[in-house]
Amino acid sequence: MSDNNVRKVAINTTINGQEMDILVDPYVSLLETLREVVGMTGTKEGCNDGNCGACTINIDGRIVDSCLVLGVEAEGKNIETVEGMATPDGLHPLQQAFLEEAALQCGICTPGFLVSAKALLDNEPKPSEERIRHWLAGNLCRCTGYDKIVKAVKKASD
Amino acid sequence: MVSKVKKSEYKVIGTRPIRHDGYDKVTGRAQYGADIKLPGMIYGAVLRSPHAHAKIKNIDTSKAENMNGVFAVMTAKDLPRLTDKQRGNSEESGSEKHLSENVMALDKVLYKGHVVAAVSANDVNTAREAIKKIIVDYEVLKPVINVDQAMDKDAPILHEDFIGDHLGKKVKNTNIATYNRYKIGNVDDAFKKCDLVVEKEVELQTVHQGYIEPHSGTAIWDEDDRVKVWTSTQGSFTNRDSVSKVLSLDVSRVKVTPMEIGGGFGGKIPVYLEPIAAVLSKKSRRPVQLVMSRTDVFDASGPAPGGKVIVKIGVDKNGKMLAGYADIRLEAGGYPEAFIEAAAKCVFSCYNIPSMDIEAYDVLVNKPSSAPYRAPGSPQVAFATETVVDEICKKLDMDLIDFRLLNVAEKGTRTALGPKYRKIGLKEVLEAAKKSDHWNSKLEKKSGNGKVRGRGIASGYWFNIGEKSAVNLSLNMDGTVILTEGSTDIGGSRASIAMQAAEVLGINAESVRPSVVDTDSIGHTDVTGGSRTTYATGYAAYKAAHMLIDEITSKAAKIWDISEDDIKYKDGIISSRTDSELNMTLREFADQNPFGPVVSSASVDLEEAAGGFGTHIVDLEIDPETGKTDVIRYTVLQDVGKAIHPSYVEGQLQGGATQGIGWALNEEYFMSDDGKMLNSSYLDYRMPIALDLPMIETVLIEVPSEDHPFGVRGVGETPICPPVPAISNAVNDAIGTRILSTPIKASKILNTLKSM
Repeated sequence: MSDNNVRKVAINTTINGQEMDILVDPYVSLLETLREVVGMTGTKEGCNDGNCGACTINIDGRIVDSCLVLGVEAEGKNIETVEGMATPDGLHPLQQAFLEEAALQCGICTPGFLVSAKALLDNEPKPSEERIRHWLAGNLCRCTGYDKIVKAVKKASD
Repeated sequence: MVSKVKKSEYKVIGTRPIRHDGYDKVTGRAQYGADIKLPGMIYGAVLRSPHAHAKIKNIDTSKAENMNGVFAVMTAKDLPRLTDKQRGNSEESGSEKHLSENVMALDKVLYKGHVVAAVSANDVNTAREAIKKIIVDYEVLKPVINVDQAMDKDAPILHEDFIGDHLGKKVKNTNIATYNRYKIGNVDDAFKKCDLVVEKEVELQTVHQGYIEPHSGTAIWDEDDRVKVWTSTQGSFTNRDSVSKVLSLDVSRVKVTPMEIGGGFGGKIPVYLEPIAAVLSKKSRRPVQLVMSRTDVFDASGPAPGGKVIVKIGVDKNGKMLAGYADIRLEAGGYPEAFIEAAAKCVFSCYNIPSMDIEAYDVLVNKPSSAPYRAPGSPQVAFATETVVDEICKKLDMDLIDFRLLNVAEKGTRTALGPKYRKIGLKEVLEAAKKSDHWNSKLEKKSGNGKVRGRGIASGYWFNIGEKSAVNLSLNMDGTVILTEGSTDIGGSRASIAMQAAEVLGINAESVRPSVVDTDSIGHTDVTGGSRTTYATGYAAYKAAHMLIDEITSKAAKIWDISEDDIKYKDGIISSRTDSELNMTLREFADQNPFGPVVSSASVDLEEAAGGFGTHIVDLEIDPETGKTDVIRYTVLQDVGKAIHPSYVEGQLQGGATQGIGWALNEEYFMSDDGKMLNSSYLDYRMPIALDLPMIETVLIEVPSEDHPFGVRGVGETPICPPVPAISNAVNDAIGTRILSTPIKASKILNTLKSM
């Protein structure tokens, strides 16, 4: 009911394997759509300008900052977020390795790191330290100094 | 006093269990500040000053008020006017008036980004549109943006009504909020006896804590004038006290529920949005949520003081320190408190210097009101001191570690502010550094590809505040234990606190389930800050666990109808000392106990404890073509007292070092002449990324603290102190000249190399 006359757009998309129809304002980001429309707050906002990676999600096999994508661009896409990583059988090996290696302190960047790291392992199952650091260069962590994150990704790949 | 658990008997402490809150945090289930959604909730936005220094002549909110979708508009006139009464609350202090006016400016804005008005609307985009319709009439004033400008005799004055304290004298019309001097011995005479005196001045730019989660505030103000707040804060009780002050409500009318916190490093101790959310809620009769943008976070929260520090140290011909002098000038931002006392306490903290003279200035500038940042004041002064120490060693041709050991501070050494140290472990840290693989490895000064390399070393210190904490324990029917506490868990403290209770109770860490609860549900607990949480809240958990055992003993005695003195409790087994037939597990006891719930509640209010010392070694490689510096090896050695959960202790050391590396090499508030930060995004405010760093090696040295039953020392803050000087010293080692202003960025190195 704001001043503008822009109408919401109906979108059909698949999030973590679940197909859904949602209504989104054409000017809101996919990040805002996930958090405010779909109600999935696992994907975090750290900067809203594509520099921190806390909102990293996977769209059709590519990792993107969801703050830089419009919600309407989700039409027909296959989206994966941190909420889709664990299964009824348990945690994803990366999630387990992050816990065992203490690869998180405050945890706000963790969802983005997990999504990026999963894309890495999907593409390169046995990455070197350098490749891990390269793939995680788009995700900021202010707590850990990255050491234990790199070790956790390495452990999950072994 | 309860008895100590013998070190050799530790079963839980020193192990690495999975943290209790970890599962929520790797699945996206954990709720941070902006994740809370309340029924009927609407959204707020704030209008911020575009000017660094201006008088507010008029605010016209009428157009915003009439906009479709807007619920309410507020200005500082909607807040009660508070007096200059001082508050003191661990790392948060200052006057009530300043607290309120930092939340929302009344008649003057003191930094770009200072809040002047706020709006609530049915969605966040409408709220953001509405604030653009508020018209503010400013009289723009000349800003002061560094200590030199602010201390100039003709400087524009930030607070015309503020009275500064200069050595106890009341002074008007000054930007120096406080000028303190700390003296031990006769420093002038001592300097005359020195064979060598080295003096250096360093300059530091303002930096930000850089936590990834922006500030937020969600509140309901109900019809009974009760305010409920959900926020991401380092201290829910400090937050509650600040909110109740700003709103002039009884403390019991405010309840703060701490959400998970996405980093803080000191910057999430002040309140910003919570009182605004509350007032907007009152006017809107809806729950209201506000969240800062990243630019807001840089412009209007945090930062750590920049400034200038001069250090002069005199030694005799053998290298023994005789005298030290320091001049510390730190930027408080728009309101007083640049942590100059902490800086004075830390400047010579690593050394035994018989005569010291320290002058310290808390200087108001037109930048956001500074907040604590991990060992506030200490990294700034460590830069100066450790540079001087490095230079003295070069001049005397002394080994960098032997010189430090010759002058090392230890138990009984008098500190600059007066008290003598209790047992500390810097000597052990330096001895470990001397033996370390890193220190004994050979560094080729030139790499094959034309780059030059250098090695640096530096020490640093932060103390360990005590303060108040409370812990409740409750025994479940199956022998597991619920632990509730009030300390924000910023990096694994639920685990380190639960592990201390588990150790006393002789059960697994997993059998103690810790929760951080709201301010109505636990006794007053001070902030997660000052390296106090594992120490003080852990101490309360230790006490509560012993009290729980007393409860168990008393009830078990009734069950068996024997004397309490006959009951023995060990490793979760309750038995009779005299009758071997009588024994039961904690689970069996809990299941059959007919004498009412088994609970305990403990609190502590601790004195400051002996703190933690660290020494860092860094190897770096500089490309003379570009000036770019790469850290190629980094080692942190620190006395941690006793590591409860070693992984999270290592994590503190690695994270602190990394923040220090960013401070040294890249990070700065790049200001325009009219006082605007020009790099207020993560793209331009360049924090270290994974690709910038090597693995950070850690060496945990355990010299148990005398002040804690398990010997815990606070570990979180010390590791940010040595990196700036260690890197500066390494740059000097690589290129043969010192760059004594942060950040030591590529352009500075390139210009320095060109001018050589």
